[in-house]
Amino acid sequence: MSDPLLTASDIGIRRGERWIVRHVDLTVKRGDLVCVVGANGAGKSTCVKAVLGLIELTEGTVRHAPSLKIGYVPQRLTLGHTLPLTLRRLMTLTGRYPENDVAAALAAVGLERLGNPLVTTLSGGEFQRLLLARALIHRPDLLVLDEPGQGVDLAGAELLDELIDEIRADLGCGVLMISHDIKEAVARADDFVVLVPHEHDPGYLAGGADQQHSHGGSAH
Amino acid sequence: MLDDFLFRALLAGIGLALVTGPAGCFIVWRRLAYFGETIAHSALLGVALAIIIDFNLTVGIFATACVIVLAMFYLERRDTLPTDTLLGLLAHGGLALGLVILSFFPDMRVDLQALLFGDILAVSRADLAVIWIGGALALGVLCLIWRALLAATVSPDLARVAGMNPERARLIFGIFLAAVIAAAIKVVGVLLIVALLVIPAATARRFATSPERMAVGAAAVGVVAVAGGLLASANFDTPSGPSIVVIALALFVVTRVRLVRGTESR
Repeated sequence: MSDPLLTASDIGIRRGERWIVRHVDLTVKRGDLVCVVGANGAGKSTCVKAVLGLIELTEGTVRHAPSLKIGYVPQRLTLGHTLPLTLRRLMTLTGRYPENDVAAALAAVGLERLGNPLVTTLSGGEFQRLLLARALIHRPDLLVLDEPGQGVDLAGAELLDELIDEIRADLGCGVLMISHDIKEAVARADDFVVLVPHEHDPGYLAGGADQQHSHGGSAH
Repeated sequence: MLDDFLFRALLAGIGLALVTGPAGCFIVWRRLAYFGETIAHSALLGVALAIIIDFNLTVGIFATACVIVLAMFYLERRDTLPTDTLLGLLAHGGLALGLVILSFFPDMRVDLQALLFGDILAVSRADLAVIWIGGALALGVLCLIWRALLAATVSPDLARVAGMNPERARLIFGIFLAAVIAAAIKVVGVLLIVALLVIPAATARRFATSPERMAVGAAAVGVVAVAGGLLASANFDTPSGPSIVVIALALFVVTRVRLVRGTESR
């Protein structure tokens, strides 16, 4: 087995007196699809942001493989209409890339024939695919997706799922994905973590004392 | 030609417009208009402090503005009050404090009129040097942080995952803005400086197809507004700072009307 791309051990994030998430373990290996599942408010986004280093950990550790390249697709990105960003300009938002790489990334998500319209004129599904293309332009080792299908119709969501599988096969990258659909996660993922809302609020779950977090098993 | 005060004023105004254009774009994109107002209002406190320690006024304004920017960064992280409330507190607190301090020095004659509305016709050769050298430096800094600041404007998280430091870019932009506003107060004054930042950017927005083109367009609109405003001021004997802003506003309105008609007839 190759070394994991990313290992989170017993991580927890506290806001004030409340633990948003706690005792989470998570490992992503190359080629794996790992899902973080849970209802709204369970701390899925917080958990993933902590793993990415966007939020400081209150406890636990996160280890990235050396020189790990990450592609990130955030949950929701609202662009103000005052910023004139076109499709191709968004692709080079965080770095310069040759025209060929831009074209290849756009082709990978099926946006190559759209020309170069303003991003604000794209549909929800198109915009989500554009964000996916932007995240994979530098051929990342690890793709992190925060509910990619949200705000996209069913057909669009299925298309996104297929795209993500294709990209994983093509790049051989690991994928860490947030999903609120536990059935889908169990069916597709190599591993998953289930987060339960309020599980660390004192007295919320029966028993009250030191709660064990619901740990995902292997789907295989 | 540098002996002609109108020519010096023109050079000073154009130098400023080239910087306020791109700066104003970020003000519009990041919704920082009130932040700009706050820095401008704090200028009066800067003037008061500069007079107390007998120091250069522009440097005093810049130093105070930097303190305001840092205070804003600190207070925002504490997350206790909404941003606009914090800005209101700093803007008008600074203004009032400045006026009170100035009242202790009745012998010191401060030209409030010039401070509030600008006095571009009094620009000296030294001011010109400061504006053009400082302006070139400021634009250089903006170019260096451009990609990070733009990425942070779209999404700080995306910028950080890509290995950028959006917080640092934001802080550098804050200091940059403090410098631009300190320099621009000479031209259009405390009350009108934000107009010189916001109106050219808003005008350029209608035509821009990329952030970079919008920045260049805003600089161009600013230059036209400065030239037109100064000419109008010389011809009709109107105050120079307000004339510049009125021309900028006219450009905005005219381009808007044209555009609306254009889309209707389609």
